[in-house]
Amino acid sequence: MKRTLLLLPVILSGCAGVQSALDAQGQSAILLRNLIFVIVIVCSIVWLAVMAMLFWALLRRDRPKPEDSRTDKPMQTAVIAAVAATVVIITGLTVASFYTTRGLGPVPDVDVTIRVRAQQWWWQFTYEDREPVHAFQTANEIHIPVGKNVRVLLESIDVIHSFWVPSLAGKQDLIPGRENVLTLRAEKPGFYRGQCAEFCGLQHSHMAFVVIAEDEQNYRQWEATQRATPSEPREAEALAGKAVFMARQCSACHTIRGTQATGISGPDLTHVGSRMTIGAGLMENSRGSLAAWIADPQTLKPGNSMPLVPLSAQELRQISAYMESLK
Amino acid sequence: MSASVSRNSSIMLPAILLILFALTAALIAYLREPRQYRTDPPVSEALEGMRLMPNGIAGTPPDVYFALGKPYEKTAYDLSQGKRLYTWFGCAECHGEGEGGKGPSFLDGWWLYGPSMVSIAASIRDGRPHGMPAFGSRITIDEIWQLSGYVKTIGAYSASVNAPARNDDRQTRPAENRAPAASLFDEGPVPVHPDQGPSP
Amino acid sequence: MVEQRLSVIADTDLDRAGLERELEKTWGAQPGFWGMIATVDHKVIARRYIVTAFVFLILGGLLALAMRLQLAQPEARFINPDRYNQIFTMHGSNMMFLFAVPVMEAMAVYLVPLMVGTRNIAFPRLNAFSYWVFLAGGILLWLAFLLDAAPDVGWFAYVPLAGPEYGAGKRADIWAQMITFTELSALAIAVEIVVTVFTQRAPGMSLDRIPLLVWAMLVMAFLVIMAMPAIMFASSTLIMDRLVGTQFYNPAEGGDALLWQHVFWFFGHPEVYIIFLPAVGMVSTILPTFVQRPVFGYLPLVMALIATGILSFGLWVHHMFVVGLPRLGESFFTASSMAIAVPAGIQIFCWLATLWAGRPVFKVPMLFIIGFIITFVIGGLTGVMVASVPFDTQVHDTYFVVAHFHYVLIGGAVYPLLAAIYYWFPKMTGRMMSEILGRWAFWLIFIGFHLTFFPMHILGLQGMPRRIYTYQPELPWGGLNLFVSLSSVMLAAGFLVFFIDAVRSCVHGPKAGENPWNAPTLEWATSSPPPSYNFRSIPVVEDRNPLWSRPGELTVAAGLRTDRRELLVTSVVEALPHARESSAPQSVWPFWAAIATSIMLIWSMFSAWAVVWGSMPIAIALIGWFWPKGAPEEES
Repeated sequence: MKRTLLLLPVILSGCAGVQSALDAQGQSAILLRNLIFVIVIVCSIVWLAVMAMLFWALLRRDRPKPEDSRTDKPMQTAVIAAVAATVVIITGLTVASFYTTRGLGPVPDVDVTIRVRAQQWWWQFTYEDREPVHAFQTANEIHIPVGKNVRVLLESIDVIHSFWVPSLAGKQDLIPGRENVLTLRAEKPGFYRGQCAEFCGLQHSHMAFVVIAEDEQNYRQWEATQRATPSEPREAEALAGKAVFMARQCSACHTIRGTQATGISGPDLTHVGSRMTIGAGLMENSRGSLAAWIADPQTLKPGNSMPLVPLSAQELRQISAYMESLK
Repeated sequence: MSASVSRNSSIMLPAILLILFALTAALIAYLREPRQYRTDPPVSEALEGMRLMPNGIAGTPPDVYFALGKPYEKTAYDLSQGKRLYTWFGCAECHGEGEGGKGPSFLDGWWLYGPSMVSIAASIRDGRPHGMPAFGSRITIDEIWQLSGYVKTIGAYSASVNAPARNDDRQTRPAENRAPAASLFDEGPVPVHPDQGPSP
Repeated sequence: MVEQRLSVIADTDLDRAGLERELEKTWGAQPGFWGMIATVDHKVIARRYIVTAFVFLILGGLLALAMRLQLAQPEARFINPDRYNQIFTMHGSNMMFLFAVPVMEAMAVYLVPLMVGTRNIAFPRLNAFSYWVFLAGGILLWLAFLLDAAPDVGWFAYVPLAGPEYGAGKRADIWAQMITFTELSALAIAVEIVVTVFTQRAPGMSLDRIPLLVWAMLVMAFLVIMAMPAIMFASSTLIMDRLVGTQFYNPAEGGDALLWQHVFWFFGHPEVYIIFLPAVGMVSTILPTFVQRPVFGYLPLVMALIATGILSFGLWVHHMFVVGLPRLGESFFTASSMAIAVPAGIQIFCWLATLWAGRPVFKVPMLFIIGFIITFVIGGLTGVMVASVPFDTQVHDTYFVVAHFHYVLIGGAVYPLLAAIYYWFPKMTGRMMSEILGRWAFWLIFIGFHLTFFPMHILGLQGMPRRIYTYQPELPWGGLNLFVSLSSVMLAAGFLVFFIDAVRSCVHGPKAGENPWNAPTLEWATSSPPPSYNFRSIPVVEDRNPLWSRPGELTVAAGLRTDRRELLVTSVVEALPHARESSAPQSVWPFWAAIATSIMLIWSMFSAWAVVWGSMPIAIALIGWFWPKGAPEEES
C-alpha cells in the first residue's frame, strides 16, 4: 500500500481522457478519491505497525524460558490493547465511509436526464426531454455540461452490465427488470472514458464509452445538432453510400433519422460522424476505421452482433464516406 | 466385501472406467460447440447457392452447407442466435411466438413449403406469395440460415437438446427445448389456411 | 480406571508385536486393484484427495499463466475471447471448488482422526464415496474444457448471462453440475468431521483440550453444512430454469435476477472462510511447534474462529454493493464486513504474542507462516477497504479486487497450506522434505507473489476492470500488465520447485522419525506414516499438549476388540468413554454408488427424466452399501 502512494505521481500524470479512480474530475469521484486516500493511508500505517510488531517478536533477544509464565500478563494486556485499537480504527473507517456516502445521495435539481440502455456489447443513450419529439438517441458517447447535475437512469435490455466512469463517479449496475439511478457531475471539461464493469459475455472487454464534459454553450450547441436531422450529404461518394446503406442489410438494424433506415437492433447512426469512437470505444472514428469496421466487424470484435456484410471495395468506400458525413 | 471379488476381474474395472470415460467424452464431443462468429465472404456467397425444386418446395442446400457440418440446425450457439434474430427482424409481428397470426403458425405441424432447411431459408430470403416479404436484402445469408435453423426448432415434434431454452420474457408456450409443438400435435393438426399458400 | 471398564475381549491379552499383527489384519487394506478401490482408510483417501487437488492446482495455475500471457500486451491475440472467458471461468471454479475447498477438507480427513486419537474417521464409506464423486466432478469440468465446451460465465455464473436465454449450449449446465458434484463431496466430509470430533475423541480430550486445527476444521465443517445447501439450491434452480423452463430468475414472470446473487453469495462469502479457517487452524498448530511454546490465547483463538464463522453469514451483500440496494442495507453490511476484522485481529495478535514469547526456529514451515502474516495482513486491510460501500463503488469488479482476494486466498490460505504440507509431509510419507529446496520455493513464491499481485491494486485504481480478455493500447495499463505477467513466471517457478521437492522427497527424502519437529499433538504419537489402525492403543489425554507434558509414554486406554474394526466413542463435552462401536469395513459399493450418482447427475443436464431412471442404479448401489452384516453396532 505504501508503494501505491509512491507511485501516485506516475499514475496521475497519465494522459487526459483516461479512466482512473485516482484522476478524479467529478464531484462524487473527488469525494471517493479523498476517502480512498484516507483509508489507504490509515491501513498502510496499521500494516507498518503490525510488521514492526512482527519483526520485533521475531528478532528480539533475551527470550524467556517456555515454562516462564511471567510474560503472560503483559502479553495479555498488549493483545487486548491491540484488539481495542483495531476496534477503534474499524469504527473510525466505518464512520468515514458513512460520512462519504451522505455526500453521494441523489440530488434534487437535475439539468439533464439520460436514459442508458445497456446491451451486449454497446451503450444506447437517450436524452430525455419533456417534449418527446426533442428526445434523441446516441450510442457509446454522451456529452454533459460542466458543473451541472446529470441524472443517469440505468437499464439493461439483456444481461447485467455496470456503468462506470471512474473519473466522474463510482459504478452502478444495470440489471434487467430494474432501474438504477446515478448522478454525474463533472467539475472540469474533458474526455472521460467509461467501461462496462460487470462481466457481460464475450465482448465485455470492448464495451466502453466516452463522456465529454463541456461548457454550457458548447453543450447546448451539440444538443441542438443532435436533435436536428442530418442534411443530405453533398459529396457524390457519400450520396452513393447512402443509397448502398438503404439498399443493403445496414438499414435493417440501424436508424438514421430522416431516411428510411429505421432498424432498432443496432446503434442509432444519425450523427455517427460526430462521435469520437466507433465499436463501443474500440477505435478512433475516422473514415479509414469506419471502413475497416464495416468490412470485417467480426475480426475486430469477434462475436459482436454486427454481421459481416459482403460489400465491394467501392461500396465500402461509399458507405464509409456516408458515415463520416453524418456529423 | 471385495474378498468375494475374484482377482480375474481386476481387468474389468479399468475396462469399465475406460468405457465410461469414452462415453462421457463422446457425449460431450457430440455437444462440442466450436462457435463460428465470422463467415468468410466466399462462404457467404456459396451459402446463397440453394438449389430449389421448380415448385419452390424442398431442394438441396449448397455444398458448403455440408462442408461446414450443417451447423445452423444443430449447434446451440447458432440456434440461439437465430432466436435473437427472430425478435430483431420482427418475425413475431406475423408469426407470433410461433403460434401464427397474420402469417402461418409454426406449431401446427404443417409446413406450407415443406420442413426442409432449404425451403425455410428460401422462404425467408426470397419471400413467398400471400404476404411473406423477401428478407434477402435485409438479413445476411448466414443469419438467414441461423434463423431457419431456429424456426425449425419451434415446430419440432421432439425436443432437441441443443434447441434454445425459455427466454427471460412472458411465456406464451413451452420453450423450444421442451418441444412446444408436441402438445399441439397431440390435439391434432390445425386446419391449413388456404389463403396463405398452396396446400401441402 | 478406563482400562478396567473397557477390558472385555481385551487387546491387553496380546503382546506388542502380536497386537500390531492382529490390528493390521483387521484394519489393513486388501491387496490388489479392488483393494485400492474399496479402501476406507481415511489416510489413504485423504492422500488421494490431496494429490488430486494439487493436480487441479497445477492445471488452474497453467490457466492463470495463459491469461497472463494474453494480458501481457494490449490487444494481444494469443487467446480468443471465447476461450479466454472459458479460461477465467475454469480458473476460478477450479481453484475454489476443485482445489481450495477439497484440499482443506482433505487435510481435515487426514489429520482430524489422528489428532483426536481415533482409528478411522466417522462414516468411512461415505468418505470413500465423497472422493469418487469429487473426482468425477473434476473430470467432467476438465473434459468439457478439453472439448471447447467449458463454462464461460464466470465462477459466479450470474443470471441472466448464465440463464437460459444468454447461455447457449450446455456450458453453464456443466458449471452448475460440477458444483453439485463438489458440494456433495464437501457436505459428506463436513458431516464426517463433525461426528468424528464430537464422538470419537480420545478419552480425556475435553472440548478445551482439542487441538486448534481440529477446532478450525469443526467450525469449517459447520460452515460447509450451513452454506453449501444455498449453492446447491442455486445450481439446481439454474439447471431447472435452463432445462425445464422454471422461472426462478425471470423478472418478467415474477422471478428475479438478483435472487441469484443473494443465494450465490450467501454461500460464496462463507466459502472464503471455509478455505481460510482451516488455514488459521494450521497456523495455530504449526506456530507453537516452531517456537517450542504453547500458543498464546487458546480460548480467544477458539472464540475468534467461532465468531468468524458466525459473522461470515452476515456479510454476503458486500459482494453486491453496486447493484442498487437500499442505503440502510448497505450500511448494515458495511458495518458487519468491517466487524469481521476484529476476530481476524485477535488471531493475528495472539500469534504475534506467541512468537514474541517463544524461541522461533526458522524452518521452512515457519517461513511460510511468517510470509502468511505479512501477506494476509495486507489482504485483510484491503478487505476493510472494499467493505466500505463508497470505496467499493470505485474498485468493485476491478483488478483491485483481484489483488485483494489473491492476497487473502494465496497469502491467507495457500501459504499456511504449504507450511502444513512441509510440516506434515514426514507424517504422511515417512520422509522429510528438503530444507534447501523449501527455502528456494518459499522465496520464489513469496517474492513472485507480491510482484505479481501488488501491482494489480494499482491497476484496479487506474480503472482496469476484471474479466477483460484484452485492453486498448491507449490505456495506461500496458506497462504494469507486462510487469505482472513477467512476475507471474517467478511465482510459477516457486510452485515448480515446491512440486519437484515434494515428488523427490517422496522417494529420496531422509527418513523421518515419529516426531521430527518435537510437536505436542497426538498425530505425532504414532509412527510415520501411521499404520492402518493409527494407534496401537487409544491414547488418553490429560492436557492440550500431550506430547510435551508427558514425553515418552502416553497413558493409553485399552480394551478394544482386535478381531473386528472397533472404535471408542466418547462423550461430547468431557470425552468420557462410553461405548465401543464398530467401524465399517472396506467396500466397493461406495465406488459404484459414486459412478451411479455421476451418471445420474451428468444425464440430468440433458433430460429431467434422468432423475427418475438414474436414481435406480443409485438405489441398487446404496442397498449393496448398507446390506446388513449382522455385526452388533454398538456396545456400551
